[in-house]
Amino acid sequence: MRYIVCVKQVPESNDLKFDSDENKVLKIGVSTIINPFDQFALEQAIKIKNEGDEIIAISIGDAETKSTLMRCLALGADKGILLDDEDFKDSDTFATSNILATAITKIGNYSIIFCGNSSIDTGSSQVGPELAAILKIPQVTYVESVENVENGKVKVKAQTDEGYRIIESELPLVIAGIPPSSFQPSIPPLPKILAARKKPFDIWKTEDIEGDPSKFGSNGSVIKIIKLYKPPKREQGIVFTDEPNIAVEKLMELLSKDKVI
Amino acid sequence: MADYKDIWVFVEIKKADIRGVTFELIGKAKELAKNTNEKVSVIILGKDVSSFCEELSYHDLDKIYLCENEILEDYLTETYSLTLVELINKYLPNIILFPATKIGRDLAPRVAATLETGLTADCIDLKVIDGNLVQTRFVYGGNYLVDIICPTKRPQITSVRPNVMEKSESTEKNQPEIIEFPVKIDPNKLKTKIIDKIETTVTEVKPIDEADIIVSGGRGIGSKENFKIIEELAEVLNAAVGASRASVDAGWVSKSCQVGQSGTVVNPNIYIACGISGTTQHLVGMKSSKKIIAINKDPNAPIFEVCDYGIVGDFKVIVPILKEALKKKLSQN
Repeated sequence: MRYIVCVKQVPESNDLKFDSDENKVLKIGVSTIINPFDQFALEQAIKIKNEGDEIIAISIGDAETKSTLMRCLALGADKGILLDDEDFKDSDTFATSNILATAITKIGNYSIIFCGNSSIDTGSSQVGPELAAILKIPQVTYVESVENVENGKVKVKAQTDEGYRIIESELPLVIAGIPPSSFQPSIPPLPKILAARKKPFDIWKTEDIEGDPSKFGSNGSVIKIIKLYKPPKREQGIVFTDEPNIAVEKLMELLSKDKVI
Repeated sequence: MADYKDIWVFVEIKKADIRGVTFELIGKAKELAKNTNEKVSVIILGKDVSSFCEELSYHDLDKIYLCENEILEDYLTETYSLTLVELINKYLPNIILFPATKIGRDLAPRVAATLETGLTADCIDLKVIDGNLVQTRFVYGGNYLVDIICPTKRPQITSVRPNVMEKSESTEKNQPEIIEFPVKIDPNKLKTKIIDKIETTVTEVKPIDEADIIVSGGRGIGSKENFKIIEELAEVLNAAVGASRASVDAGWVSKSCQVGQSGTVVNPNIYIACGISGTTQHLVGMKSSKKIIAINKDPNAPIFEVCDYGIVGDFKVIVPILKEALKKKLSQN
């Protein structure tokens, strides 16, 4: 089986500066990490991997994104593919999904595409379902665990508002994973970090994936950001350090004054 | 693009009820429609759902698109998206509003990408400018807002965060036109199926993303027994019980209570945080609440930086006093 894991490199902190003329945040000099949801997705793939199976980690980015893919290789992926081309810049989720779909089609012969359910920076939760729609394969989102893969089918446990559902799907499909609260991301030991450097790693451009550049980047994007701005600042709060009875009394006065209660 | 007209709202059904967020979407849709001179219609998918037409006929709707079939009894991406895409391609709406719930956030991108149109997820504000729907959402952990349009494709699809928009007020009964849309799905051709359903939450409990008031407990609560103090305050306020990741991890409350990045993003009118220090991952999930009240024994806890009002002290002492004060106040109202 071939499992493909889509990963995104995200800023470690969301406390970013921005350029209001360009409607973009500035990511220069910001330290980055693998999107934690994507690491969870990767660890799910590693968990179900059997002898002879292959895990390919794939990401859209630039030279800096290599570190995130190397992390995936250290964690247990067998191969890394970086999609790096000017054509891919400024993609919205639809163009992003088109780039991934084209690259994954080029890889071919895949059984499961793993994604994180969300990213901690932009958090739209769209790429998994959009990728599945473009590839015309099933999707299951909010997946906490993969129960088993057998006879060309997979069983997953997916969160609902009421609890969980076990969903069975034919292969191939897209699984968007959301870590259960008990999930602790693994930290690869040094020997694995070193061994990762010897694993296969490719950089692909538009021509390598035989893609149509009009579907990628800003040309292929269907939405447009017209403004990026800071939300109105919350007023400094009032914090009481009085003894409990008095503090509660003061709080109640304020709540009455605000007509909250 | 001119062929696309009117605003549709996806009706989410939960346990034989229309989810409250649906009426928030209808309320917003009516406001938008007034400016664009369009009509508001709703789409309902499910089994035996025609009974909901009565309740929906008090909201000044133009049409109800009814997709009724046994195969739609439980939500499944495959069946719902196939049906919706066909319906949209036939009737060409200009705007479609989905709730940004688990179902809406699974379904809307599937539908949008199939139609090769744009989607903006988890919006907190919508307006129409020059014929484009301007969709506002948070990015970067709530540190920024973006305004997004979909200038060249239709329909314009958006999912809207629950508890943000004003609910549609019931009006006099009108008679929306009911369009029964035949569901043509061959069950033998489906690639996915539901094997089992496990309910872990008490059904009477309001989902936290729709609660007006949330009383939340964190690591500082200390034990499952102590969590009762939180639950008692919630009961007085008719509030939902929330929790930080730490208290879910500790097994004091169920996962469905978890507020934050890997739980649920909430924005109630009042959020009372007890024994919650305020990790980034928690703050992202509740920062947009209208009033935030924090109770924590550590005066340097980050939660005090985002709260409107705070009390430094032991929640075990403060919460019961607060509960009695609120009880008294509420009985006077």
